[in-house]
Amino acid sequence: MSLSANPEFIEAVNAALQADVLASVVEHGQLIVTVPAARIVPVLTCLRDGPQFLFEQLIDVCGVDYPERAQRFEVVYTLLSVSLNHRVRVKVATDEDTPVPSVVEVYPSANWFERETWDLYGVFFSDHPDLRRILTDYGFDGHPLRKDFPLTGYVELRYDPDQRRVVYEPVKLTQDFRTFDFASPWEAITDIQLPGDEKATKPPYWEKPI
Amino acid sequence: MTDAVTKAESLGDLPVEDKIGMRITPFTMNFGPQHPAAHGVLRLVMEMDGEIVDRCDPHIGLLHRGTEKLIEYKTYLQAVPYFDRLDYVSPMCEEHAFALGVETLLKITPPPRAQYIRVLFSELTRILNHLLNVTTFALDLGATTPPMWGFEERERGMEFYERVSGARMHANYFRPGGVHADMPAGLADDIYSWIDHLPSVIDDLESLLSENRIFKQRTVDVGNVSRQDALALGFTGPMLRASGVAWDLRKAQPYDVYDQMEFDIPVGLTGDCYARYLVRIEEMRQSIRIMRQCLDKMPDGPIKVDDRKVSPPPRAEMKRNMESLIHHFKLYTEGYHVPAGETYTAVESPKGEFGVYLVSDGSNKPYRCHIHAAGFAHLQAMDFMSKGYMLADAVAIIGSLDIVFGEIDR
Repeated sequence: MSLSANPEFIEAVNAALQADVLASVVEHGQLIVTVPAARIVPVLTCLRDGPQFLFEQLIDVCGVDYPERAQRFEVVYTLLSVSLNHRVRVKVATDEDTPVPSVVEVYPSANWFERETWDLYGVFFSDHPDLRRILTDYGFDGHPLRKDFPLTGYVELRYDPDQRRVVYEPVKLTQDFRTFDFASPWEAITDIQLPGDEKATKPPYWEKPI
Repeated sequence: MTDAVTKAESLGDLPVEDKIGMRITPFTMNFGPQHPAAHGVLRLVMEMDGEIVDRCDPHIGLLHRGTEKLIEYKTYLQAVPYFDRLDYVSPMCEEHAFALGVETLLKITPPPRAQYIRVLFSELTRILNHLLNVTTFALDLGATTPPMWGFEERERGMEFYERVSGARMHANYFRPGGVHADMPAGLADDIYSWIDHLPSVIDDLESLLSENRIFKQRTVDVGNVSRQDALALGFTGPMLRASGVAWDLRKAQPYDVYDQMEFDIPVGLTGDCYARYLVRIEEMRQSIRIMRQCLDKMPDGPIKVDDRKVSPPPRAEMKRNMESLIHHFKLYTEGYHVPAGETYTAVESPKGEFGVYLVSDGSNKPYRCHIHAAGFAHLQAMDFMSKGYMLADAVAIIGSLDIVFGEIDR
């Protein structure tokens, strides 16, 4: 298992970032710090250069989509310190329209990670030197890892022998897309009225309301 | 020449005159996606100044299968085989990261024997991966004998995969909570005799390459990356160690029983393609050491956690016992529910740090499963590493990166 974050280190991170820390939690021994999106560049610079942190490496940047939140996207930065052997995750929240400042100037490795997050989630990174799509096809439309993007996508492609090229067509499913709801009725459904079950909550006739 | 380059950049694609009055145009060249030296479907758009690489823009995603999206629609058990298909050269190490991640969320620890088996097969995987990489790297540089010798041993190693899991490559063997099945009788002895014989094969490979004049001319001082650059570019694994950083997750943040193993971390001094080759060769020898220790120390006992809500019952029991049948049915249809939470779990895969960022919402499917592939960061540095080198050096650099598109494109 990965090493657990020690209390002094957590203390140091919170002290150094003081005003920028919106939330700081330790989950499974891993420190997660939430900061405002606009402050991500100074926060990561501080974590990189502070002698008590020395996070030389930005290991990863990825997005997570929570459609029910007002700021639906979370961008997660995973940092690693090789010299002091610890990790931290920094999170920012954003929505479709608000850009997140790019951290390519702080960590050159962020370049492709941010391109990937833009491609898959549509999170816009301002001041990014080269924000193109990276994983999806040339000319792809949409951001496939959003929760409202269907698993099957919207288009499929095949080789058309008449036109002698690959053509895109709307997806045709030969059977309906199947998802099963595994939420147990005994745990999840407690507050809805099942049909035919009205008597269970109706007061008995002898307790007529006056 | 450098003047012409700067002028060409400022003028875009317009022809420019250099010092002696020659009119040159920056030449844009397309490398791949179908090219034997591209190690898969890599497309490089290169701007060439004669034979010199001026700019190199890798176009990836030609093997993008949407693994992360698919995993969001699969139960935790159904997600395991997708990890074999990421880095298809080192499948078990990828499964290991996912298994450890789910175990962190479930707060379970596999029994000791399972941990030893997992370490044993992770190291076997490392040897198989490096055998493939080192020998095909040599093939890219024109040597045809190393792949012949290396692949013979690789095939023997994959037979062990087959005997333990039923599949040569896509093993689907590590599971959250342990491994799928115990090692069959006699396998430990056969692995033992194989690793006794393997060092001589590595010596043979080294005799072909390490002091080979052509090999050294193509690799020494090619694709140099300094310590600072390697860290800033997010390098991990052999790429980082070749640049002089003694960093290995197996030592620094040990998982399973790596903390009980005795092994050394090879570190390169020069950070060039040759150093990366040497690091991989030495890692194979260290992996043999670890495998021998695993086989010596491996205890008897169960190979998966004894919690029927996570690991399925033995088949014989399932046929006789009603409760076991219910457990079996529930586990293979609904799967287990994982408590809400999130974790980033990383293992030292042969290519570098392979991490899984798992977010669970308490259901039986991952809410988000982000896969961090080491090769993604390494290929990103292709522009940095190949700038100013010859076109043929770009091939050597790609070979030394050890990239596999299954994990980069996901």
